[in-house]
Amino acid sequence: MSDKPVSAAIDGWYSLDHEQPHLIGAQCTVCGTYYFPKTISYCRNPGCDSSSFNELPLSREGKIWSYTNACYQPPEPFVADDPFVPYAIAAVELEREKMIVLGQVIKGVGVDELKVGQPVELALEALHEDDDTIKVTWKWRPQA
Amino acid sequence: MSNDIAILGVGMHPWGKWGKNFTEYGVHAARAALADAGIPWQDVGFVSGAATMRCGYPGYVAGATFAQALGWQGAQVNTSYAACASGSQALAAAQAKILSGECEVALVVGADTTPKGFLAPAKGYRPEDPDWLRFYLGITNPTYFALYARRRIDLYGDSEADFARVKIKNSEHGFTNPNARYKKKFTLDEVLNSAMVADPLRLLQICATSDGGAAMIVSSMDYAKRLGKTNPVKVAAVSTVTPTFASAVVEMPDIATDSAAAAGVEAHSFRAALPVKAYEQAGIGPEDVDVAEVYDLSSALELDWYEDLQFCPRGEAASLVREGVTRLGGRLPVNPSGGLACFGEAVPAQALAQVCELTWQLRGEAGDRQVSGAKVGITANQGLFGHGSSVIVKK
Ligand SMILES: [Zn+2]
Repeated sequence: MSDKPVSAAIDGWYSLDHEQPHLIGAQCTVCGTYYFPKTISYCRNPGCDSSSFNELPLSREGKIWSYTNACYQPPEPFVADDPFVPYAIAAVELEREKMIVLGQVIKGVGVDELKVGQPVELALEALHEDDDTIKVTWKWRPQA
Repeated sequence: MSNDIAILGVGMHPWGKWGKNFTEYGVHAARAALADAGIPWQDVGFVSGAATMRCGYPGYVAGATFAQALGWQGAQVNTSYAACASGSQALAAAQAKILSGECEVALVVGADTTPKGFLAPAKGYRPEDPDWLRFYLGITNPTYFALYARRRIDLYGDSEADFARVKIKNSEHGFTNPNARYKKKFTLDEVLNSAMVADPLRLLQICATSDGGAAMIVSSMDYAKRLGKTNPVKVAAVSTVTPTFASAVVEMPDIATDSAAAAGVEAHSFRAALPVKAYEQAGIGPEDVDVAEVYDLSSALELDWYEDLQFCPRGEAASLVREGVTRLGGRLPVNPSGGLACFGEAVPAQALAQVCELTWQLRGEAGDRQVSGAKVGITANQGLFGHGSSVIVKK
């Protein structure tokens, strides 16, 4: 990684605290349903007509619901390294939120090191670089 | 009984990469369906088109585009877009018109011309669009299919060979289908040695995209009787129900599921809901089904559908393919057409192609791929943004 300044690939979706990053979600103030992304202006619970939400950090730890990898370079808007380096992807269940969040798995961890039910935590890592900055995103990291 | 409509004619343009305008495929399929029905184009009172998003404005107004191409004759027109379920929603619109008595005969038609490779989203920086966002983060269509496949391996003990058996079965089924694009029988070795795309799915286990067109002529039972068709194949149910909050499975193109944290909210599976509604509408059960066409976007996904269609308890689908139950000659053949494995997906035409195949099967006109004595068939498919469908046809 170069020494360019770091910025979020998607603004406002996660904290940039590199030690203990977390996704920034929303919670309905009436029924308690969680949302990620937080860009929500109406509650989607059919039994709730609220349009009032609190922003809050989501659980930074969860368990793998399923996982896979990308052996081929995705199309744009994905920005690939040259040459393309395959990466693993995990769908992670958050217990408190009762939801599943997708994300890449940190570099260097392959599918043969993952299994359903395995505990993981949120990390920040480069998604790609542009001329001026390193664009970081959330990724899942297996817990020791 | 009174909720049935007759399928008078079906037709397709062969799937492939022909590089022609989608309208040409639609017209070809529509004319084949008209000829099959034995009625003149002028008798059609309602044209229900399935839209394509990749062919410019004519694709957005597909109903009118096909009506104009076939020759304006004053029919009412409709266009439906619902991703993979577009054709079924177009069929549902025709069903409603016919059952309400507003029209007697309808043409339902969908066709597509597809670009090469991955289906990519529109350009720009648009993080508010989940379809754009997931590609930006490196999550493609095979990612989702692979997540579901991996669950089967880790939860039910399915193997890569089980998924390969689905592909081999479908490749044998589609081998002689004149409308199929891929006509090659694969061996276990060939499938298991093809390139890994999204672990555990390999290239030969993931469907491609194709050009193609499919059409149906449907009518009131009265009109069919007046034509002398006393026992036509009938549409008994068209289910296009949405998921129920909270959706428990991470679905394309979303990056997260609904949260089931609120009081009184339970997590539900969308795929399972689609056939439940279809069975209820048709007044029949899974035990009555003789043949099925399901959306094998991946070979592993076909196994999920067996369970969602209630052909077996959850987790036991692999045994159906191992024991040959779902191959031609088995008790309940699935994808006798060859499925997406042999066609590749032509989005707005695919749900209609499924019904075309079942119509040929129920008429006994399916040639080498005939399911003997088939009287009831069901389709299932699912696409983006909670769109899916299940159609039941019967003799
Ligand atoms: Zn709410």
